[in-house]
Amino acid sequence: MSNTRLFWEQTLAILWKDVRCELRTRQIWLAMGMFALLTLVVFNFAFDLRVDNQTAVAPGALWIAFVFASTLGLGRTMAAEQEQGAMDRLLLCPVDRKAIFAAKLLGNLVFIGAVEVVAVPVFAAIYNVPVVTVAVLPILALGTLGIASLGTLFAAITANTRAREVLLPILVFPLLVPVVIGAVKATQGMIDPAGGEPPWLGLIAAFDVIFLSIAAVTFRYVIEE
Amino acid sequence: MQTVDRDLVSSRAPSARSRAPTTRGTLLGRYGELALAGATALVMLLAIGMAFFYAPPEAVQGNVQRIEYIHVPIAWTAFLAFFIVFVASALYLWRKDERWDWLARSGAEIGTIFTTLALITGSLWGRPVWGAWWAWDARMTTTLILWFIYVGYLLLRSYTGRSAAGARAAAVLGIVGFVDVPIDYLSVTWWRTLHPALQLPLGQQAQAPASVVVTLMVALAAFTLLFGYLLLLVYRLQRLQSEALRLRARAELDG
Repeated sequence: MSNTRLFWEQTLAILWKDVRCELRTRQIWLAMGMFALLTLVVFNFAFDLRVDNQTAVAPGALWIAFVFASTLGLGRTMAAEQEQGAMDRLLLCPVDRKAIFAAKLLGNLVFIGAVEVVAVPVFAAIYNVPVVTVAVLPILALGTLGIASLGTLFAAITANTRAREVLLPILVFPLLVPVVIGAVKATQGMIDPAGGEPPWLGLIAAFDVIFLSIAAVTFRYVIEE
Repeated sequence: MQTVDRDLVSSRAPSARSRAPTTRGTLLGRYGELALAGATALVMLLAIGMAFFYAPPEAVQGNVQRIEYIHVPIAWTAFLAFFIVFVASALYLWRKDERWDWLARSGAEIGTIFTTLALITGSLWGRPVWGAWWAWDARMTTTLILWFIYVGYLLLRSYTGRSAAGARAAAVLGIVGFVDVPIDYLSVTWWRTLHPALQLPLGQQAQAPASVVVTLMVALAAFTLLFGYLLLLVYRLQRLQSEALRLRARAELDG
């Protein structure tokens, strides 16, 4: 069997395990989804949303909701591995460390994506902004990939520490600032196109490429015992 | 506690017994350290003297501008420290030698202090000149985020204790955090393009008189020396703390 095929078989096996686990318990997805919706509602009160400040405020609320909800779910996926000692057994298996990373990353993308599928239409409805379009898809995809690639790496780092739920957002939020700025600005540009905007999607894509490569290389140092 | 202890004892570094206790493991010998301390004190006194008596008062800002001779070197030292964290972290992951980890940790501790000082001195300067303690200018915002990243680094270190796993995790953060800075700066600059550019102290260097440039250079040298000396001290502290923990763990295991 070729190495590439083996890699993907291992990745899909771990991914399928995580997805099946989640389908049975529905812990992570429900909590993330509820949290994202709640954040959207709370921001509505916090910013006293009106027609004239909608474009400025709404994309920020959307992305903050995604970032917050993501850290919630990201922490759970790795913590679940640690709690039952499942990670040690996974490491004992002859599995490529990069396959573990790829599976965890894909799993987080699936979970965050599932939340976004629900949250974006709700957001469009309650904030009254036209975001359910094809143009929003690349922004969502690139932004989510950025959050998930750094988040997967740091969820693995904090899973081994005391107080991991506290530490994960503290470590990840400052690093995610470029993604948040880029995604918010790209979403704003989509709702209300203004001339001469910097290439925000390119910025997020560059961020994604750099952090995916670093995370893929350094992940094995983080999970090794 | 027990797992941490075993981790420390089985670390791949040369054991504490095989090493002479005082000179090896420091970056310079005892006399080198003293010489560095003396040089730091001399150049620092010279820099402070020049900042107050040699450099002329600025035409518009007056004496307020003199804080630049402290603020700019402090900020430079902070970036130097984080660059050292980055290099030492990468070397630690590659070579698995805990001395690189001590160096990374020392760099992060000093860098965080200097970033804090850079933010404070910048704020003190901004109040009389801009009329505000804080402005969301690209350089300031990036420095603030940098501060958050390395405070997070120190938190991670305190949560993981002195274990090899904790050192590896921190090394990953030391690398990722440093790589984040340029993208961060770019994004914040783009984000602020529509706002009027703020006049930063370094922007005036082009037409500044020679005495200002010379004073700034001496101040840069002084703070770089201070940083080097602090790095030696903190590095030694890291080594001693690791060795003390290791000796204690060994004593407990021996019964």
